[in-house]
Amino acid sequence: MSVAPAATLLALMQSGSTVAASPLIALALVIPLCWAVLTAMRPAPRQTLLVLSGLGIWNVASAMLWWHTRANGVVNYALGGWSEPLGIGLRADGIASSLVLLTAVIAGGCGVYRLCTPDADLRGTAMRWFWPLFFLLGAALNAVWLAADLFNMYVGLELLGLSAVGLVAVAGTTAALSAALRYLLAALLGSLAYLLGVALLYAEYGSLALSSVASGFAPTDTTIVALGFITAGLCLKTALFPLHGWLPPAHSAALPPVSALLSALVVKASFVMLLRIWLGPGAPLLVPTVAQGLGVLGAGAIVWGGWQAIQHADLKMLVAHSTVAQLGYLFVAIPLLIDASDTARAFAWDGLMLQIVSHALAKSAMFLASGTLIAAVGSGKVVDLAGVSRHMPLALFAFGLAAVSLMGLPPSGGFSAKWLLLQAALAGGQWHWAAVLLAGGLLTAGYVFRVFRASFLQGAEDRFTDTPLGWDVVALLLAGMAIMLGLLSTGPLDVMRFGALLQRGIT
Amino acid sequence: MIASFLPLWVLASSLVPAILIFLLPEQQRGARTALNLTAAVLKLVLVAIMTWGVAQGTVYEVRFAMVPGADFILRADAMACLFAGLSALLWFFTTVYAIGYLEGAPNRSRFFGFFSLCVASTMGIALSGNLITFLLFYELLTLSTYPLVVHRGTEKALAAGRVYLRYTITGGAALLLGIAVLYSLVGDVEFLETGSLRSVPESAWPQLRIAFALMIAGLGVKAALVPLHGWLPQAMVAPAPVSALLHAVAVVKAGAFGIVRVVYDVYGIEFARQLALLTPLMIVACATILWGSVRALAQTDLKRRLAFSTVSQVSYIALGVSLFGPLGTIGGLVHLLHQGIMKVTLFYCAGNFAETLGVHDIRELDGAGRRMPITSTAFTIGAFGMIGVPPLAGFVSKWYLGLGAFEAGMPWVLGVLIVSSMLNAAYFLPIVHRLWFRPIAGAWPEEHTFGRFETSAWFLVPTIATALFTVGAGLFAGAPFSPLEWAMLITRREYLP
Repeated sequence: MSVAPAATLLALMQSGSTVAASPLIALALVIPLCWAVLTAMRPAPRQTLLVLSGLGIWNVASAMLWWHTRANGVVNYALGGWSEPLGIGLRADGIASSLVLLTAVIAGGCGVYRLCTPDADLRGTAMRWFWPLFFLLGAALNAVWLAADLFNMYVGLELLGLSAVGLVAVAGTTAALSAALRYLLAALLGSLAYLLGVALLYAEYGSLALSSVASGFAPTDTTIVALGFITAGLCLKTALFPLHGWLPPAHSAALPPVSALLSALVVKASFVMLLRIWLGPGAPLLVPTVAQGLGVLGAGAIVWGGWQAIQHADLKMLVAHSTVAQLGYLFVAIPLLIDASDTARAFAWDGLMLQIVSHALAKSAMFLASGTLIAAVGSGKVVDLAGVSRHMPLALFAFGLAAVSLMGLPPSGGFSAKWLLLQAALAGGQWHWAAVLLAGGLLTAGYVFRVFRASFLQGAEDRFTDTPLGWDVVALLLAGMAIMLGLLSTGPLDVMRFGALLQRGIT
Repeated sequence: MIASFLPLWVLASSLVPAILIFLLPEQQRGARTALNLTAAVLKLVLVAIMTWGVAQGTVYEVRFAMVPGADFILRADAMACLFAGLSALLWFFTTVYAIGYLEGAPNRSRFFGFFSLCVASTMGIALSGNLITFLLFYELLTLSTYPLVVHRGTEKALAAGRVYLRYTITGGAALLLGIAVLYSLVGDVEFLETGSLRSVPESAWPQLRIAFALMIAGLGVKAALVPLHGWLPQAMVAPAPVSALLHAVAVVKAGAFGIVRVVYDVYGIEFARQLALLTPLMIVACATILWGSVRALAQTDLKRRLAFSTVSQVSYIALGVSLFGPLGTIGGLVHLLHQGIMKVTLFYCAGNFAETLGVHDIRELDGAGRRMPITSTAFTIGAFGMIGVPPLAGFVSKWYLGLGAFEAGMPWVLGVLIVSSMLNAAYFLPIVHRLWFRPIAGAWPEEHTFGRFETSAWFLVPTIATALFTVGAGLFAGAPFSPLEWAMLITRREYLP
């Protein structure tokens, strides 16, 4: 395919017929919820068979939903048979189905990583609540991805915040508990602001379904204030610079599989909500000033997060600040999504989707690999990694592959995402964003190569603790997927274009 | 069907061994050696088959959609075979050399894994069918050479690695931006003989010029064009086989090859001249040729002198490219091969002196010709080749470059060539003199003995082989499949649409 004419791309985006109810959507919620209950009945730190079966079934059901969407387009489902505005309306468009599958895959990886953890690391009274919270988090994520109205989104978001805070606290250390407390405050404040905005919208439009709000939309003062609250709340939850202060301590103090889930998926949930609201009902208000403003904050995140990552002595803090920076790219895409040029918008959408997915895969791999390295070295400091290139080649290799994607070097999903965003910036003549994208890549190289540099120093010989092979395998698989996505992105991107999310934003 | 996948097999013949070597335990020395040598031989055979096919007019191509708007393309054309052939040949010899060199050293698994990955990247660079595929392998080369530069893990190596990264990552970003600008103008840019941008309307010419400048800046970092050459002398801290293959051949040639591709197969030589892009490139090339040689004179460390010599010599390729006219083109392309063969010989010799006698400084080489006659002969051949003494390979390159200068109506370029040759003589002849005509000054700094020969056979065989190639490429320049004949074939295809 040479450059696909923008018209074809746009036509593709609006295709996707609506098919009658599919129970597959409900399964995406029911399965993780069921396992949350099952693991809570006899809470224990290790429930290998139960957990494995849950992860397996969850993955299969998610893959089937994705496949179904790919074949049939957007699927709507009214849970319990009640239609809007009474019932719980669910909607699996391209982005939702893809994120449901991504959630299952990453949760699968993190779950297996956790199962491989040696018994010695499972002590602590809170540890037995890991699995119920883990599955609850999965259910909450899927609820957000699939929600078709503002209130369901709120329920999902609240559930997500609480289970995430719980998972951070499970680690049981002082640092984890204090980080969890800060996280809890930020999460509650964010949901509160969001809820306030939603209440205002309900007063104005008498409905909470995205489609009904969109059809009656008028840029009244109430609407503007409501959108302001919603945006502020969701930006806080997405840790958009300068509201990111809660993220690095929470993500770095958690257990490795929890850090991976939080950085890869949880912060994206509030971002996807933001996207659905601004490109859906709020599209008339997404004027260039607003979009450029969000983009500027994104650029700030890229620079500030990258700079902080270069400074930090602590490996997990480095990776956590990298998340702050990478989330900036999502916001930089917003001004490109409303560009006047059709080509630019189409490229920007593809680039944004690919950035969400490839960052999720790469960052989860990087957190898992960092966890392995830290466990082997017995210290969380970057300088103490001397010698790991010889003794921990697989973990370092997984870290390296993930780093390639985060730096945006080819071949990787991160590169293709950056390339598409760059094409969008150039096609729309928004050169300043091209400069930000390139500078971000250089900053990323600056902090990831700190890790490699330390790892190539000759270290002492026998101070390494053995780590389970399963840890390396999981991290390698996730990082490998981030790399492969760079070569095979057209198929997944085709699916992510399905859906009316873009009806007003893109046309 | 199987034949059309040939470029993929060529790539796989070093990518798969790279992965297997990473998985092999450190102690499995025999298996690793067998794997390395088998893969190197296999690659030579595959490249030979491919080259034969291309000479008959076959074009092998593999492609699939990578991202919306850009394909991943591997394609074997005549130009690809030039670079792939050079890399395959020198990979084989350097692998032999490296096996001997790393005998008993730590981290061999890591070394050979990344070494094979480098060669895979080089092959990818040679076979890329469009700019984005080229960029992919170009960046992969940066990543896979970093661990080799810092291989020794000393502070000095890590400092060199940091400098290397600063240059190459920034260069990569410039190249990415340049390519992105081109794609945003015309869509997927494939490499086509005689170029593909002529139809761009005149209103977009300024963007074409910006894209050209960005891409040449990005490629110029690896090709060590002045003032972007600072990383190369520092990177000499790497082990000898790395300096030999990567910093004499793979990395710098990747940059030079990229320049060749951009000028001939993206812009097209005639269109590039129309856009007035060739003269600035020529000025940079001439400045690099002279500056590199002047700096080489001042070095007392053998490897550093060779490194600055590389800076100078690689720009002969850029010079040949920027001379409009078939003879200049032939000179530039043939030098891509000739410089590689000659410089690798010199680096092998430097490695032999360092490993056998512990000599790193030129002033310690007095009388080494008596202790190590074979290595010293090879060094002398390489040095004479670089100076351009007939009938060695370097003479052929300089002869065509000189003719090209006249053809292009720029006789002053001949002056640059003459001054450069004199400088080459000024920094190589004193070494040759020390080797053969000075008495041995006493004990060698750190002498080792390796069996029956003057040094290990693992070192000697590659050294002799590439020295013979240096002689052969000049003596048999008219034979079919000689570097010169192949450069002429490419030139015919570039100028006659």
